[in-house]
Formats: sequence, C-alpha cells, structure tokens
Amino acid sequence: MSDVFVLGVDMIKFGRFPDRSVPDLGAEAALLALDDAGLTIDNMEAFYCGNLGQANAMVGQRILQEIGQTGIPVVNCSNACATGATAFREAWTSIKAGLYDVVLAVGVEQMGAGLLGGTGGGAGIPKEGLLGSGTMPAVFAEAGMEHSRQYGTTFEQFAKISVKNHHHSTMNPKARYQIETPLDEVMNAEMISYPNTKLMCSVNVDGAAAAVLVSEKKAKELGMGRAVRVKASVLTSDPYQERDLVMPDVNSCTRKAAKEAYEMAGIGADDVDLVELHDCFATAEMLHYENLGLCEDGGAGRLIDEGEVELGGRVPVNVSGGLLSKGHPLGATGIANIYEVCTHLRGEAGERQVENAKIGLTHVIGLGSACGIHILEKA
Amino acid sequence: MSLPVVDYLKLPDNEDPYLEGHKCKKCSSIFLGERNVCSNCFSREGMEAIKLSNTGKLYSYSIVFRSFPGIDVPYISAIVDLDGGGTVKGNLIDCDPDPEKIEFDMPVEVVFDDALGRKDSEGNSYISYFFKPIS
Repeated sequence: MSDVFVLGVDMIKFGRFPDRSVPDLGAEAALLALDDAGLTIDNMEAFYCGNLGQANAMVGQRILQEIGQTGIPVVNCSNACATGATAFREAWTSIKAGLYDVVLAVGVEQMGAGLLGGTGGGAGIPKEGLLGSGTMPAVFAEAGMEHSRQYGTTFEQFAKISVKNHHHSTMNPKARYQIETPLDEVMNAEMISYPNTKLMCSVNVDGAAAAVLVSEKKAKELGMGRAVRVKASVLTSDPYQERDLVMPDVNSCTRKAAKEAYEMAGIGADDVDLVELHDCFATAEMLHYENLGLCEDGGAGRLIDEGEVELGGRVPVNVSGGLLSKGHPLGATGIANIYEVCTHLRGEAGERQVENAKIGLTHVIGLGSACGIHILEKA
Repeated sequence: MSLPVVDYLKLPDNEDPYLEGHKCKKCSSIFLGERNVCSNCFSREGMEAIKLSNTGKLYSYSIVFRSFPGIDVPYISAIVDLDGGGTVKGNLIDCDPDPEKIEFDMPVEVVFDDALGRKDSEGNSYISYFFKPIS
C-alpha cells in the first residue's frame, strides 16, 4: 500500500460570517489548499466533504458548483465533532486502497450562537434541568470532575489550560481571538457549568479547512519539498463502559485510537513534538494528556502546572490556540488541526513555531462517540 | 393522573415508584431502557427487567449556572451509581450548589416527585426522580 502525503493544506481565518454560505466558506478553503498544492480542481479524482449542520444538503456538491463541477465522486460525511477528521481519513483510505492518487478533503461549518447539546427531545416534557443537564459544558464538566474525583484535580488547574491556549492564540493570526486571558480573569469569568467558566468553553465560530492528499507516486512526481507524510490515521467508536448511557465516554475511544495510531506509526508518545487535541472545554484537554499517553495516569495536573504543554515546553499542546481560542467550527476542526501540525512540520508557523518539529499528532472527539487521530511526519 | 418522565421510571398501582434496569442474563451488565442485545458481551440470550435500588453514591457532577431559557439555575447535574448496579443522571436537590458542600461518593436517595410543574402539550403532568443527600 502506498504511503499517503498531504501536499496542500490550509484554513480560512475563523470568525463569524453570517452573510456567507456553508459552500462559500468550504470553497474558499478548498481553493487555498489547491493553491498550496499547486494543483487545480480538475486534478482531483475524488472529494470527501465533512459538515454537520447541513448533513443532508449535499454540501460537497455545492462546493464544486462554486469551484468546478468535474463529475468526480463526492462523499458527504458527518460524525459529530470528528467530522473533519473522518472526511480526511476517508480521503486517506481511498489512496491506501489504491483507488486514487490525488484527492481533496474539506471540513466546513457555520455555527449558531449559544449552548450546544441539551437533554433529550422526544415525547413528553423537556428533560433539561430536570434530569440533570445535557448541555456540552455540563457533560464535559462531569467528565472533568471524574478526573478530580480520581486525582484531586483543581478548578485552578483546569483554568490554567485556558490561560495557555488563549496565550498561544495571540501568535496565530488565523485564530478567532488573539487575546491574553490571565488566570484570575479565566477563573472569575461567568461560570457556565462548574468547573467550566465561559473562557474555558470553546468558541462557536464559522470556519473551513481543506487538504489535498496524494499517493507516494504522485508526491514524488509533484515534488516532496513541502509534503507531509500521514504516518497514522485511526478512527474509533466508544467501546462499552458501564456509565455510557448517562456519561458519554471520551476516554476509552481516545485511548484505543492512540494505541492503534502509535502502533501504526511505529512510534511512542515520547516521539511526538507537538499535539493538537480536542480542547472543546478546558476540562476535556486535561483528560486527553493522559488518554494520549503524554504523561502517566494522574500526571495531567502536573503537566499543566509545570508548563510542559506550553510552547517551549516538552510537548506543546494546542499552540494554535485550540478550540478554546482559535474556535471550534465543528466539521472543520478535524482538518484545521491537521493544517496546524503540517504548518509546524513545514517550519512555517512563524512566532508560534515549535522548534525542530518532526512529528505531530492531531486528535478530535465527536461526542456519542467518535475519536479520530492522525500522526503526521515531515517528509 | 401523572405520567412517568422516562420509560425507565415505573409507576405501579398501589406500590412505590421505582427505576427499572435491564440486566443481561449472560454478563449482568445493567442498562436503562429495554433492549434485545447486550452491547457489552453481545449476547442475545435476553434481558431481565430488574428494580434498581433507590439509594446510591454520587459519582460525578457539575453545577449548572447557564442553561436554556426558562430553566431555573443554578442546579446540580449529578451522576449517581446506584447500590447494586446501574448509573443514573438527574438533579441533586436539597444540597447547596457549592463545590465545598458536594462530596464525591456522598450517599443519596432517589426520590420521586412532580416534574417541576412541567406539562406536555396536552396538559398532562409528569412524575420525575431526583437525588437527595442522605444525612
């Protein structure tokens, strides 16, 4: 099976674009990635499109109506917040299978404002605030409090994650915000669902990201100069856990995916130079330090306390600013984090560049649950 | 007459309300709601309806300060491991919404009451369950 390479990758600056459409945002990202690869839409043999909000509305085809209707196969996919990573992985799979040499993957989302989630619709009466809360800040707070229960993790430690990611985003011109948020500001912000304050919740934004993936044969033909090797692509669902039905599990699917990804890449967690992980809430990032093997179980609090996950630390996490400050356009996130890692591997990340980055890992979670992990290496 | 807020809340005649679990006949995993196949051991040998305990321990929680319009805040969203098996989520009542006052593993009882006055489009009222600290 051929190795697979990212030849072109890019994202639009995340923000609020109420006057634009989903296909319009996706088309902009697709053109940026094609330009980055030095290719055009008529070079693409297939197109994998990730979007959640208009999952039944043929977003991929509508993007092609804006940039070129070449008649290639289009697959529209949705997989909660793992949607972008799933589209990217489908593209990867098609090259691995030997079907194509050059394919396009796009993730795009236009978001509303306010809380996501909520406890059940269905028959009868609304259950939110009656049978606990199904809002995302509460669900991920409960997952974080499970960590507090096990290891004594504090509100302040969770808050430090938000301080770090907001700091990182000041160096990322494509992030939604470039604003420092000191610890007291994070901890004193409006409490949404304890222990997550407003500044510890990801930002709802519109956004799009895209990648051109090629086979090894094609990469050699077109020039490997800025190509990035996909060393591992893994997707998992959540294995059975006894509290599944009331406590969506983001841990076991991540642990399973991480183990499989490290095996596929033939590396260990110690070999990873930077990580973009799914910090939909500050409480979530804490869990994934351990889930991804960046430290031993129970070591996550120490990792943030000692600065090991900051830019300049042992293994910088979310130097893009993460979902907390770069923003979280659901379907775009899983390709935007691949853009971030590739940018570092190419040595093009400017002020936030992770020095000598050779290998990076991206991780997303779709609640329900899906986990997508990619390991990328400078070619 | 009131209706149960969820299928797994049972309101038998002349008996106290209770929460119902479905227990795998092969591996004993407990689920809320009916099902045919066990998602843990994949057995199709069937499920046995069981009465879940009305006492348990607080496993995890969040204190919710922002919810959807019309929903009273703050409240405690609690995940409770019931004694003898089964995990249920609901509101923890009669407890200050203050992390200093909430302890992991604190014993709670399951109580049944009107569903905060909520009615469906046909005007029916509902019975819900809540968790209450056992002092």
